Amino acid sequence: MSRQLDIALTVNGERVSERVEPRLNLVDFLRDTLGLTGSHVGCEHGVCGACTVRVNGTIVRGCLMLAVQCDGARVETIEGVSDSGAIADLQEAFTRRNALQCGYCTPGMLLTAQELLARGGLPTREEIREHISGNYCRCTGYHAIVDAIEAVAQQRNGSKA
Amino acid sequence: MKPAPFAYAKARSVEDALRLLREHGEGARLLAGGQSLIATLNMRLSSPAILIDLNEIAALSGIALRDGDVVIGAMTRHAEVQQSDIVASHAPLVAAAMPHVGHAAIRNRGTIGGSIAFADPAAELPACLLALGGRVEIAGATGTRMVAADDYFRGLYETAVGADEVLTAIRLPAATPASRFGFLEFPRRHGDYAMAGLAATARADGASLKDVRLAYFGVGMTPVRARKAEAALAGGDVEAAVTALVSDLDPPDDIQASGAVKRHLAGVLLRRVTAQMDARIESAHDGGKA
Repeated sequence: MSRQLDIALTVNGERVSERVEPRLNLVDFLRDTLGLTGSHVGCEHGVCGACTVRVNGTIVRGCLMLAVQCDGARVETIEGVSDSGAIADLQEAFTRRNALQCGYCTPGMLLTAQELLARGGLPTREEIREHISGNYCRCTGYHAIVDAIEAVAQQRNGSKA
Repeated sequence: MKPAPFAYAKARSVEDALRLLREHGEGARLLAGGQSLIATLNMRLSSPAILIDLNEIAALSGIALRDGDVVIGAMTRHAEVQQSDIVASHAPLVAAAMPHVGHAAIRNRGTIGGSIAFADPAAELPACLLALGGRVEIAGATGTRMVAADDYFRGLYETAVGADEVLTAIRLPAATPASRFGFLEFPRRHGDYAMAGLAATARADGASLKDVRLAYFGVGMTPVRARKAEAALAGGDVEAAVTALVSDLDPPDDIQASGAVKRHLAGVLLRRVTAQMDARIESAHDGGKA
């Protein structure tokens, strides 16, 4: 019954063709099949946000989407987004503000923050907190993460951080 | 955990999905946004033989104003509903509820039809459907039928949708100038399921509220209407409405909160949501004077 299926997609701009079991989650596909271990596996039921990746331009839970559903999709992970330089300022701000300690939540946190920042404008701290509410961090207590995101929003809007 | 093995088929149309359901019978489950279903598969709370994926059926997605209804296709993602001008203008209760539905990444993937079909008693959208007195469009072998929200929720995760049917759209009566609404929930973390929540609608008649519909969520096996409280509120007595909740609601203890806490929160919700609806009456009157 669990016949393997062929899928073809792009991951971080590269074409990928694989044969996968239907039950394989997207994040396990990225980590175990493709070796892209920047996306992390936490709760595996959509609560923690550690597995956050982009599919067709928007962030999703990598544990709540099947690899077979990504046939034809454009998937981006922290590896690709980091290499593109698009979030270099955000990564720098996370480092400067101590917005990470163990780093387990950080890839998901960065992609989630980037989605908010990419809308432009200056989100309030409340809006930042709401947007990252689906991403658990067990180290920082969140204040430093909110600080970092707020600072980047200000920088990108041309005002002083 | 990882899901038990299952087969997978993409439905190309509603007819295709119905055919696949007939072909595979009890072992089949429809896959919408997957934000609840795949979590239950991962936890092995559910182990279907085959998933029938509805995500490729473009006809099931979209928002339109039709015959006085806001019609939302079952596969419309929460993020689309949240950003919709039609929803903001004509179904403002849903627009108010949407930021509380899951988290950003969940809303990018989850669908309104999935939420209404899953019918989690603590979810926001089933309660909005009930508060608005909307209808659910269901396709089956013999055609399409409409079920009123009051007849739709049958029990815990049980709805009027049959095992061989597909929920295809939600129809919500478009707001009129006299429409009032209120929405509030108390979750432990923003975006999580609420300990208790309330979606309410009413019609403003002068300074009073008529046709009050109070749909509580997180307090029972389904979203629950508080009918005695509705009558008391229509009579203009908020405190009598709060008192009436004692006989309207019998919330069980759950993982979020005890029944006693939920009962207390239900009263707090009623006072605050009534204030939201009253404030909108006052601002409408102010607007009229200006």
